[in-house]
Amino acid sequence: MNTFLTLDLMPLLAAVLSALSCGLLGNFLVLRRLSLMGDAISHAVLPGIAAAFVITQSRSPVAMLIGAGVAALLTVLIVEIVKRLGKVEPGAAMGVTFSVLFALGVVMIERAARSVDLDADCVLYGQLETLASFGASGDAIQVPRQVITLIIVTLFALAFVGVLFKELRISAFDPGLSTSVGISAGLMHTLLMALVAAAAVASFEAVGSILVIAMLIAPAATARMLTDRLRPQIFVSLIAALIASVGGYFLAAHAESLGFKRSLDAAGMITVISGLLFAIAAVASPNHGVLARAIRRRALADRVILEDLLATIYRAHETGAPGAREEALRAALGTNRASAALSIATRRALITRRDAHIALTDIGSALAADLVRRHRLWETYLVDRAGVRPDHAHGPAEILEHARADNRAPIAPDLDATTDPHGRHIPSPHDN
Amino acid sequence: MTSRTTPNPRTHAPLSERPEHSAEAPLSVHAMTVAYHRKPVLWDVDLDLPPQSLVAIVGPNGAGKSTLIKACLNLIPIAAGRVEFWGDTFEHNRSRVGYVPQRESVDWDFPVSALDVVAMGRYRRIGWFRPVTRKHKQAALRCLEEVGMGEYANRQISQLSGGQQQRVFLARALAQEAELYFMDEPFAGVDAATERAIVAILRRMREQGRTVVCVHHDIQTVPEYFDHAVLLNMRVVAAGPVAEVFNRENLQRTYGGRLTLLTEATEAVARAERGST
Repeated sequence: MNTFLTLDLMPLLAAVLSALSCGLLGNFLVLRRLSLMGDAISHAVLPGIAAAFVITQSRSPVAMLIGAGVAALLTVLIVEIVKRLGKVEPGAAMGVTFSVLFALGVVMIERAARSVDLDADCVLYGQLETLASFGASGDAIQVPRQVITLIIVTLFALAFVGVLFKELRISAFDPGLSTSVGISAGLMHTLLMALVAAAAVASFEAVGSILVIAMLIAPAATARMLTDRLRPQIFVSLIAALIASVGGYFLAAHAESLGFKRSLDAAGMITVISGLLFAIAAVASPNHGVLARAIRRRALADRVILEDLLATIYRAHETGAPGAREEALRAALGTNRASAALSIATRRALITRRDAHIALTDIGSALAADLVRRHRLWETYLVDRAGVRPDHAHGPAEILEHARADNRAPIAPDLDATTDPHGRHIPSPHDN
Repeated sequence: MTSRTTPNPRTHAPLSERPEHSAEAPLSVHAMTVAYHRKPVLWDVDLDLPPQSLVAIVGPNGAGKSTLIKACLNLIPIAAGRVEFWGDTFEHNRSRVGYVPQRESVDWDFPVSALDVVAMGRYRRIGWFRPVTRKHKQAALRCLEEVGMGEYANRQISQLSGGQQQRVFLARALAQEAELYFMDEPFAGVDAATERAIVAILRRMREQGRTVVCVHHDIQTVPEYFDHAVLLNMRVVAAGPVAEVFNRENLQRTYGGRLTLLTEATEAVARAERGST
C-alpha cells in the first residue's frame, strides 16, 4: 500500500468534505448577509464542549459532539433573541453572542478542565494530521469516525440544497412572499442554521474552527464575484472549496520540498489558499472585478474625450475655419486628455493635420456630425419639453450626448427640429 | 414624534351592533388588534372589501398600513380579532391571495434573473421539492411580457432600474394568478411611465374580477386610481367607496395637523369633486 493511501487519504478526505459541506451551505449565509453566523457558531461550540466535559466527566467524542451541537443551536437561538429584544442589527447580535460564549468557554476550560488535556488550540486549529494514523494499521483502510461523520453531514447538505433549492432561493430572496405562499421563511432559516451547525461541528474537530469560518464564507464570496445566478454560484463555490482544500493540503504536506524549514499546518494552508482564490476573483472577475471595472471606466473615459474632441473640431469647421488649432483643443479639453484623444483619433484616421490646424476626415466628420446632432437635439428637448432655461441646457446636453442604450446604440430624443434653442443648425442624421 | 392620541375602542360601536360581514367579500377583518412589544399599532380594525375593486390604504407614516397587510397575510401575529378570506381562513385560501412586498424589502443584488423572480410567483402551484419546469418558466415569461419586460427576462435584477424592478414584482404577482392581491407601495420610487403602466395593469386585473389592495402614499392620485379607500391611522378612520369617504374631514382626521399634506388633500378632494359633477 502506498504512502498516499496510508498517510494522506483520510486527512485529505476530511479536509475536502469539510470544505465542501461548509462551502455549500455558506452560499446561503453570504446571500442572506449572515456571514458572521459562521464565526458565531464555530466559536460558540467551545462552551458546549467544556460543558459536555463537566457534565460527563469524560472526553468521549460522542458527548463532545452533542455538547458542541447543542451549543451551536443555542447560539442561533440567542442571536435571534438578542436581535429582537436588543433591536440591533444582525451583525451586532451575532458578534456580541459569540464573543461572550467563546469567552465563557475559555473560562470553563480554565476552571473545570485544567487537569485534563482539553485545550482551546485544538478547537481553533483542529487535528487534521492526527487522522493520518488511522489508515496505517494493516492492509484494510480504516475510516476514522470524524470522516464518517463528515460524509454523512456532506451528503445531508447536498441533499438539502438539491431538494430544497427553490425553497431556499425564495426564502432567502423574499421572506415575506415566501411565507405568504406557504414556504415558511422561518422554517427554512431554522433548517439552514441546523445544517450549518452540523457541518461546523462535524468539521471543526478535524480541521478547526478557523478553517470552518473560512470555508463558510470564502468559496461562496469567491463564486459570487464570478457569477450572477444562484445555481452557477453554488457550483463555482464547490469548485473553489475543492481547489482550496486539495491544493492547500498538498502545499502544506510538501512545504519542505518548496523551501520551508518544516511542513506547514494543513488547515492554515487551506485557509490561505481560499483567501487567495477570493483575492484573485475580486481583482480579475470579468464582471465585478476591480480590473474589469477599471478597464470599463477607462474605455468610457476614452470614448467621451474622443467624442468631445471630434465635436470641438466640428464646431470650428462650422465657423468656416479650416480646422481647430492644437493649442485651442488642448485648452478646451485639458492637456493630458487632449493628447490621448488626439493620438486615438489619428490612429483611427478620424483627423488629419493641415499646417497648424487639425481637421476632420470624412469618417471623423460623419461621427462628429452625429454627436453634434445629438447634443443639439438634447438641448432642444431640454428647453422645449423639460422647461430648462436655454442658457442652462448646454451642461446637461454635454453629458447626455454621450449616453448609450443597453445595445450600445446612441440615445437621442426623437424630434424633427432643424435648429437648436440657440438658433444653430442641427446636422441631419447620417446613414451609417 | 407625532401628536397621535391613543385610540379609544369605545368610540366604535359594540361588536353586536356592527353589520354582518358578507361571505362574498374577498377580505373581511373583524375587530383586529395588532401589537408590537405589547404596544398596539393597529386597534380594533373592521374592514370589508368588495370583490373586483382597487382599494387604497392611505394614512400617515406609522399608521400601520404595512402592518395591516402583513397581519392579514399571517406574517405577523394578531393580538385579537380575526381575518377571513371569502368567509374562510387564510390557510384555506393561500393560493387565491397574492402579495407584493415593498421593493426595498428585498436585496436586489441577489444572484437571480428577472425571470427567476417572476417564476417565484408560481412556487405555490409548483409545490414543495419540485423543480421549476419549462411550463412554469414559460408562464412566467408571459407575465413579464404582459408588463412590457419580456426582453429583460435574462437580466440580473440589479441591472434593472427601480421602475423595471417594480414591474418585475408586478409580473410576479400576475404569475401568482391570485384573486386578491396585497401590494405594499407599488408606486414608490417609479418614473411616470412606469406609474401609468402599473395603473393600466391594475385596471386590467380589476376587469378580470380581481381585487387589489395597495398601500398608497400619494393621496393626490387616490381618486383617479382607486375605487375604494381605507383611511388608516392606527384604527380605521373611514373606509368605503372613494366618492363617499375620501373627503376633507376624513383626511383631516387621518393625517391630523400636517399642513402640507392637508393642502394636497384638499386639492385632491376638489379635483375629485369636479370630476364627479
